[in-house]
Amino acid sequence: MDIMRFLPTLLDGAWITVQITVLAILLALFMGFVSGLMRLSGVWAVRAVASVYIEIFRGTSALVQLFWMFFVLPFFGISLDPFTVGWIALGLNVGAYGGEVVRGAIQAVPRGQYEASIALNMSKWLAMRRIIVPQALPAMVPPWGNLFIELLKATALVSLITISDLTFRAKQLNDQTFQTVEIFTLVLFLYLAIALVITGVMRIVERWTGRGLARGGIK
Amino acid sequence: MSEPIVRFENVSKRFGETVVMRDFDLDIAPNEKLAVIGPSGSGKSTLLRLLMTLEQPDGGVIYVKGEPLHHMWKNGRLVSADQKHLRKVRSHISMVFQHFHLFPHMTAIGNVIEGPIHVLGMKRAEAVARAEELLDMVGLADKKGSHPSQLSGGQQQRVAIARALAMQPDVMLFDEVTSALDPELVGEVLNAIRKIGREQDITMILVTHEMGFAKEFADRVIFIEGGRIVEQGPGAQVLSEPRNERTQAFLRAVLG
Repeated sequence: MDIMRFLPTLLDGAWITVQITVLAILLALFMGFVSGLMRLSGVWAVRAVASVYIEIFRGTSALVQLFWMFFVLPFFGISLDPFTVGWIALGLNVGAYGGEVVRGAIQAVPRGQYEASIALNMSKWLAMRRIIVPQALPAMVPPWGNLFIELLKATALVSLITISDLTFRAKQLNDQTFQTVEIFTLVLFLYLAIALVITGVMRIVERWTGRGLARGGIK
Repeated sequence: MSEPIVRFENVSKRFGETVVMRDFDLDIAPNEKLAVIGPSGSGKSTLLRLLMTLEQPDGGVIYVKGEPLHHMWKNGRLVSADQKHLRKVRSHISMVFQHFHLFPHMTAIGNVIEGPIHVLGMKRAEAVARAEELLDMVGLADKKGSHPSQLSGGQQQRVAIARALAMQPDVMLFDEVTSALDPELVGEVLNAIRKIGREQDITMILVTHEMGFAKEFADRVIFIEGGRIVEQGPGAQVLSEPRNERTQAFLRAVLG
């Protein structure tokens, strides 16, 4: 029994999964930072826009969002190819959770840091960029890591809108060969391998964002 | 008295039900060294926080170099200041905090050059050169590459003093800057403040519990209670021969 003969097909699928994951992560980061910072704005309307985005994308299922963008948007004249729908829907979904991660970490920076930046006559934007966000980053990294792994697993959903990702390929092979045990065990390990890469990268990012801060330990 | 550099005019401030300043008037002369003493909750820290724009007054106007701080003139009327006006007038003032509030993700010198480079628009090389001078002045030339977490409280506070001074303020505010320090570290911070007082043309307002230091250093001491000035005068008079009985009671309680 040579389970390795399934590997090339599955790796093709895994490559699609990786591409969707990376693009969705980038979109999620962007949306997370934008919506998280907007939630902290002094302007009511800005906060409201961010809240609406976060509540809608957090409060509805990722699968329904995917279907909606794939099957409903064409009725409004917007037809996107499945791949684009896949990473945009997942990125928007995870970005909504990320918005709360960003907001929470920023609000956890001690009040004195804001006061010190006012005492240096910084503008709000400069204080955010130079003082507050750099100190909030280390606290954001672990929850973002969780979200990225959730996102990776959620990419399996895109197989339902005709994208030939890892899960799609697995089902295809299974239908052809009925080698269910071998195929899905292999798929399990491929997802795990990708997840471990994400974990490893986040460890490095955590160390990098915490440099300086980490010295002397937690106070 | 010459034109005051700072003027509180009828200032009042409330936190919820608690009135911390009422109809507060105070003129501070250029280069004056003013010590503010008073019991906890008397409004003395609020005085500094209002001046640093960390708080908004509920009534009255604070002037810095003749210009309203939280307000601006528009069609002959005082209205709330916009960010631009606030930052312009605020540029005359800098503050040192009880708990230092150094930026933990930057080195000592990183803390000192941050404002000059990003707020004053100074060239990096110039900012570094000045920061090294300032750190040397507070006795920390050898600690410039250390992060705050590697420094003692007294050293952190001296970095914070250098950081505030690097903004080239006309008025420096010191909010109980030795209260969070172990007793043996108080002296080094007070020495740094003495040195600034001697070497710089700068107005200094210090909220302090160090009565000996206030007496020796300040041109004038004001005793505040209940958001009002109860007694003021030269340190030797207010602290050694207080006339008001509330001042006397306070000093008895503090000095034991």
